Amino acid sequence: MQDIDNIVNGQKLFLKPEYQEVLKNKKEFEGNAGSVNPEKVSEIQKWTESWEYREKNLAREAITVNPAKACQPLGAVMVGLGFENTMPYVHGSHGCVAYFRTYFTRHFKEPTPCVSDSMSESAAVFGGLANMKDGLRNCNALYKPDMIAVSTTCMAEVIGDDLNAFITGARENAEGELDNIEIPYAHTPSFVGSHITGYDNMMKSTLEQLNPTRAERVVDEERINIIPGFEPYLGSLKEIKNISKMFSDKIVMIGDHEEQWDTGAGEYKLYAGGTKIEDAKTAINANATISLQKYSSIATAKTIKNKWKQTFETCNPIGLSGTDAFVMKLSELTGKEVPEELKNQRAKLVDAMQDSYPYMHGKKIAIWGDPDFLLGLVSFLVEMGSIPTHIVCHNAPRKGWQADMEAILAKSNRADECNIWPNKDLWALRSLLFTEPVDFMIGNVYGKELYRDTKIPLIRIGFPIFDRHHLHRYSMSGYEGGINLLTWITNGILDQLDEETKDIAETDYFFDSVR
Amino acid sequence: MGPETLESLQTEAIEEILEAYPAKAKKNRAKHLGVDTPEGVKGSCDTTRSNKQTVPGVMSQRGCAYAGSKGVVWGPIKDMIHISHGPIGCGQYSRGGRRNYYIGTTGVDTFVTMNFSTDFNEKDIVFGGDKKLKKALEEIDDLFPLNNGVSIQSECPIGLIGDDIQAVAKMHKKETGHQTVAVSCEGFRGVSQSLGHHIANDMIRDHVMPDTSHRKDFESTPYDVAIIGDYNIGGDAWSTRILLEEMGLRVIAQWSGDATYKELAIAPKAKLNLLHCYRSMNYISRHMEQEFGIPWLEYNFFGPSKTTESLRKIASCFDEKIQEQTEKVIAKYTAMTDAVIAKYKPMLEGKKVMLYVGGLRPRHVIGAYEDLGMEVIGTGYEFGHGDDYKRTKEDLKRSTLIYDDANEYELEEFVKKLRPDLVAAGVKEKYVFQKMGLPFRQMHSWDYSGPYHGYDAFAIFAKDMDLAMNSPVWDHTTAPWEKEEIGA
Repeated sequence: MQDIDNIVNGQKLFLKPEYQEVLKNKKEFEGNAGSVNPEKVSEIQKWTESWEYREKNLAREAITVNPAKACQPLGAVMVGLGFENTMPYVHGSHGCVAYFRTYFTRHFKEPTPCVSDSMSESAAVFGGLANMKDGLRNCNALYKPDMIAVSTTCMAEVIGDDLNAFITGARENAEGELDNIEIPYAHTPSFVGSHITGYDNMMKSTLEQLNPTRAERVVDEERINIIPGFEPYLGSLKEIKNISKMFSDKIVMIGDHEEQWDTGAGEYKLYAGGTKIEDAKTAINANATISLQKYSSIATAKTIKNKWKQTFETCNPIGLSGTDAFVMKLSELTGKEVPEELKNQRAKLVDAMQDSYPYMHGKKIAIWGDPDFLLGLVSFLVEMGSIPTHIVCHNAPRKGWQADMEAILAKSNRADECNIWPNKDLWALRSLLFTEPVDFMIGNVYGKELYRDTKIPLIRIGFPIFDRHHLHRYSMSGYEGGINLLTWITNGILDQLDEETKDIAETDYFFDSVR
Repeated sequence: MGPETLESLQTEAIEEILEAYPAKAKKNRAKHLGVDTPEGVKGSCDTTRSNKQTVPGVMSQRGCAYAGSKGVVWGPIKDMIHISHGPIGCGQYSRGGRRNYYIGTTGVDTFVTMNFSTDFNEKDIVFGGDKKLKKALEEIDDLFPLNNGVSIQSECPIGLIGDDIQAVAKMHKKETGHQTVAVSCEGFRGVSQSLGHHIANDMIRDHVMPDTSHRKDFESTPYDVAIIGDYNIGGDAWSTRILLEEMGLRVIAQWSGDATYKELAIAPKAKLNLLHCYRSMNYISRHMEQEFGIPWLEYNFFGPSKTTESLRKIASCFDEKIQEQTEKVIAKYTAMTDAVIAKYKPMLEGKKVMLYVGGLRPRHVIGAYEDLGMEVIGTGYEFGHGDDYKRTKEDLKRSTLIYDDANEYELEEFVKKLRPDLVAAGVKEKYVFQKMGLPFRQMHSWDYSGPYHGYDAFAIFAKDMDLAMNSPVWDHTTAPWEKEEIGA
């Protein structure tokens, strides 16, 4: 029973003897292997850690277990929220939108506006035009957006709804109510690619549909667009803007969702920050566009390069050399020298790296996440002398990514110890970790179960992270972001060192106060 | 606030809210919003329109049939593997968020927090995914030999492309002798997660109930009961179970929190089914009554008043020995819960609460708040039916706003107008109201605390509500330079 002076929640309540008794009693009825045959559980558990199991596990063709990717519309919603006064609108069942909103809300600890047009059985039979007609009007009346960014779900894609025709129809039907609203749209089927594909498709469509044709392009020699990509670290967006500002006022971020997921207390407003629609509509006039995530902007790149005939560059400003390349690209495009402040920031990062390197050096690390995130983080690990032993990219693009990763690993003198695992899930990683263990893991919240099973410490960097607070506020890009990465990883390693040396009169001779 | 003022404020709020809608949507939404009072002859609880299509283009808080079947009913059955059949997203978004606690070795003999997906790509949509599903089932049996069955949870495309997953499941079961259930819970079916509960229950009826293998040798006692519709969020079913056992009953099954396949299969041997979430599990309870003659009883374990009332109701179905023992259990805990009330009521009395949840909680938790002297002034269901609203009426203590399938715009406006002291709803709403400086508790996940069922759990509930209401952080919302000077 609860002790009134020390009321405990489930964490401790169920450890009380009377509850342990309850849990023990329950086993009588369970009839699963764990309750009837603990030896069998132990035997199978050991087998799942073996090389034999690993071979079977890696040979899987049909079932995906514990994936490290999500579906297209999630990325499309992120794009929508990167523009001023814009409501993301998902053409499909509201169940999907409930999931997208929940997913983002749990990561950012912030509200996530997004509507759907609640398609159901009748829409499955007759198509979703009726939903679109009512939905756009209701959305406009209630939430008063300047722009509605429409994407689709797998349902709408399977029945073949035509967004262009539907939106035109809905506009004609709306008695003028939608005349002043921009409604870019993209088809984002969930059964193609992953959330980064959805990001790319929505970004490409938004830019194509908001901008005039090339014939009307008025080039502004000084203007540069920056597309951040599927970026879960709001601090990274801020830092990229700060660095850009040091070079020019005419560098514009296209799809800037920083403020939308970082608003203050006091009142609630539906929309916050975002790229100005006017800036989005003139993106074609820039001299160049830089994408910070090559594989989140494959389709967007084609539009900008081939249709707009604009200079298109990709930079991945994570870690030292990635940031150097970005800074030099800005210097080249603006014709300005690297400012003193940035030189200073770089020097400080290098100084910090030189202070901490012994702890990261030679450490074997397993890491997973999106393709561009991995290119950046692995590059940093190599710069620090760590060994990225297992690199798992579940949504690895077929073309180019592996070669890019190999080029990064080639800079390591331990490259032969590094393994790239494209299109593998986290249950596959579990086998890799048991058979070829590492010292640390870097990844998202789903690594928590790998930590429990393998006891390999997890350093949380990635998306999503639900079980730790405020990490998304920091930057992992730029020189200052590099210091954050260094702080998280080094101190994660030091925490583990303390953990392993804390047993009194046994291991604590190495329990140092100075590191 | 006097009762008349409250009621007129509530009516006014509804009128103002409806003004923002275009005509068609306004007409629709007007039928879902209303006010009811305990004295009301025919109030909103009797007339509210529910379980209808959501108005398109709004931020509804509703989920889909897949969420109801996989997320609620099937997902927490721990020793089965539940495949999210279709594209990758649904399985990922529904992974590990509902806190259906269980004891077991995950990945070996239990699988609740894992995500199994057939990860459809374009080829599967064009040519069908049956072959991939068949192969997936084989791989699962190969890699997870201690699974006690597999369920296939359909995502939207499956029904649309016309895959025959029932046939695949049937064939796999025939070939391996392994329980394999295909559930056609595509997200576009119905208007919310509610239809998913019903579909899921039907599949348990058709595939699990006829399986008598575990029942054959099962030795019954006169005191066998099954807990139905408790998903063990944060350990709720365990804090429920301890009370039933202390009463002298034997809990033979927990549906479906910390449940095993065997517990589902032996439930027809129970003498009484105890139904907590009526919305999600009344279907199967009715079926077991018809088919096996097992009576079922709804109960409410939120707050000591309702818990005590429910314990006596349950005991009345058994002999005097149980009834006497039950009184002893009640007496044993009353001192503790009285102490909890004495400790927390002074800090919570008179505070106004607005609720918006799913399942049973929009009515069930009212009593727990009342026990602490708090007043519920608005409540509604994300996916309730008419019978849920009728059941809510009994729990109203004062004029109460009733909102069905409320969307974020409506909730925000209601809160601005009625200024409750606490909002208790889901994660999508949480940060909206916290930004306004309003205390908030998530009533789907207990905000990662809990359990909230039973007497011990009430202490946690009280402590958590005090924590929410009386945290100093809410005082910081307004900057000191914006606060009016006292006496100025």
